[in-house]
Amino acid sequence: MSSTATPARDTSAAPHARAGRRPPRRRTAGRLAGRTGQYLALLCYVVFLAFPLLWLVSTAFKSPQELGSVDPTWLPRHPTLANFRTAIDEQPLLRSALNSLLVSVVTAVVSVTIAVPAAYVMVRFRSVVSRLGTGWVLVSQMFPFVLVIIPLFLVLKNLHLVDSLPGLIIVYVVWNLPFALWMLQGYVKAVPMSLEEAASIDGCGRLRTLHSVVLPLLVPGLVATLMFSFVTAWNEFFFALVLLKSPEKQTMSVILTHFLGAEGAADLGPLAAASVLATLPSLLFFAFLQKRLVSGAMTGAVKG
Amino acid sequence: MRRRTLLGGAAATAAAAASSSLLTGCGASGDGSGVPTLDFLSLAWQKESMAANKALVAQWNKNHPEVHVRYVQGSWDNVHDQLLTSFEGGAAPDIIHDEAIDLTDFGYGGYLADLTDLIPADLRRRIPDSAWATSRFGGGLYGVPFLQEPWVLIANRTLLDRAGIALPTEERPWSWAEFEDVAKELTHHGSGGAERFGTAWAMKSPVNATVNLSMSMGGRILYRRKDGTPEVRLGAADSAFPELIRRQVRTDRTASPSALGMGGGDTLPGFFAGRYAMLPLGFSYRQQVQQQAPDHFDWVTLPLPVGTRAPDGGRAQGVSPQTLSVAKSCPHPKEAAAFIAFMTQTAHLVQLARGDWLVPTGDAALHDPSLNTAKDGWSTGVAVAQHLTASPVLGMRGYPEWKDKIATPALQRYYSGGTDLDGLRGQLVRDGNRIFERYRN
Repeated sequence: MSSTATPARDTSAAPHARAGRRPPRRRTAGRLAGRTGQYLALLCYVVFLAFPLLWLVSTAFKSPQELGSVDPTWLPRHPTLANFRTAIDEQPLLRSALNSLLVSVVTAVVSVTIAVPAAYVMVRFRSVVSRLGTGWVLVSQMFPFVLVIIPLFLVLKNLHLVDSLPGLIIVYVVWNLPFALWMLQGYVKAVPMSLEEAASIDGCGRLRTLHSVVLPLLVPGLVATLMFSFVTAWNEFFFALVLLKSPEKQTMSVILTHFLGAEGAADLGPLAAASVLATLPSLLFFAFLQKRLVSGAMTGAVKG
Repeated sequence: MRRRTLLGGAAATAAAAASSSLLTGCGASGDGSGVPTLDFLSLAWQKESMAANKALVAQWNKNHPEVHVRYVQGSWDNVHDQLLTSFEGGAAPDIIHDEAIDLTDFGYGGYLADLTDLIPADLRRRIPDSAWATSRFGGGLYGVPFLQEPWVLIANRTLLDRAGIALPTEERPWSWAEFEDVAKELTHHGSGGAERFGTAWAMKSPVNATVNLSMSMGGRILYRRKDGTPEVRLGAADSAFPELIRRQVRTDRTASPSALGMGGGDTLPGFFAGRYAMLPLGFSYRQQVQQQAPDHFDWVTLPLPVGTRAPDGGRAQGVSPQTLSVAKSCPHPKEAAAFIAFMTQTAHLVQLARGDWLVPTGDAALHDPSLNTAKDGWSTGVAVAQHLTASPVLGMRGYPEWKDKIATPALQRYYSGGTDLDGLRGQLVRDGNRIFERYRN
């Protein structure tokens, strides 16, 4: 890069050559315009992504009359907290949120704990078994859940795990594991073998290498997989609907459907309010892990 | 709906694998005290309705310490899949709130208890035979019908008054022809004022509405042969109602074409804004109108128009009531039936009906003063309820598949002008009967 930049700084260059170049002020203005365009495009993209969430928040603060208006407004004309009060009064949102949080956090941690060594073995110890394992993981993703739900229900019933949060966690871990494995395999592959060889020369055993060398470099992958597993478990609806019978064990996604009536009717305001509350833990989880994702990415940079 | 088919297939496969031991002895749980606990899956979703249900359950538990009932909240949105899976897994709720139309598969599938000998005599007397007919099929009684929803007209009174239109009464409702004329008077297209349609048919799910309201013109669309098997027909009386909708949308332009793709609740903003003058809707939509209407919006509930030269003075409507059933796997069916009898006592029926903005099935409940008031149109619904009859779709095996694969797309195409009456007949009858043929035996 520096060699190509040198002639531009060459003050002995011919005047006519310099005359063909844009003066610094125009160059700065151009750069500013370019940067402004970039930010505008970015802003449009962020608004596009955030629009459903913003609309949800706006809906949550609208009165029934505003919700029934043929000319919807971006912002509530008369903001009200009534929808939040109704949602909290009518349904056990806090309890269901705690259930969801417990299930999602445990699912995410267990999934990653199992997936990390599995992914490492599948990448580093190539054999027929690992190839078959990888293929099987891929095949397992092809079964729609409606096909497995009843056999799964019967298995869990035999194990006395129907209507229990541990039963639901097991299902989520099993359901998440293949994708977590695939995600982590990519990250493990990206860790250069030379680092492990160097650690080995320095006297590290396999476990020590995994712990002290590979894992720190996998932080972005671990965080991404944790996020994926958490959000999948947090949003999952059908397994929770079918497997949890007791009202006190139901998760947030199931509780939200209690605001829906027959033939598409819905108690829109309280539903939006409850959905906003249901979104908060995910947002907080992301906010908490986002730094790790970025710092992990930095940690993963390896000199070639 | 596609999921329902897939799940049905999966259920059939799993049924073979499920051991019989799993299917018995489940459904009720105890809390260690020796008192049996029955799970009551309730689909109540409106605030008043949930409160009424929970209050009644609490009252039962207080007065009946020998049997405890646990309130379990369900959702209309996914009750079929939830029940099918839990039936197959042998962990179904003991007492089930559902709709008569959903009982067919579960009744024939052997998942529901036959209530014929379980329900007490006074409960049998409380509800008229026409309502019991909605839950009786295949030689069994699989639910207690307790709430029902007639169709009514919800109209913008200001617009009708301004046009000098006399409102129909329960004794003297409009004929369908008069309704078409009124819709023409109220429609306004072109320049010099906002566009307005006389009416809007919310036909996002057109099949139940079309079949049930065809009865007011003497049609049925779905018939039973002598051997009891279903048959689809589209004679003159059967097609009269679909033709009316199509005429209003396509020819007269008195009904909004965009509303054809809407659900009932979606049409309300347009109604409040004066874009639609009259809405044919289910009775319970009054609750949303009452809640969402702008201040000073003057609305009125009118009886649905009636057909001429049709049985019952053209006032008949098909209906699929809400029901209470007992799972076959319930180990305490008598206690479950006793709870249902408690929930459907006259005073409780009134309480539940008011909570859901629906009409009760019980004769005595229909005469309750709180339901015979003009306020919010209650008396109109009660008057229409006298003419409700079992929907032709009830008890017909194969109906969900016919509805999803054939009738819904065919009717939507017909209403929007994508095919003519012959095209509709070809699809509904020829393709439809093929489907029903597969369900014989």
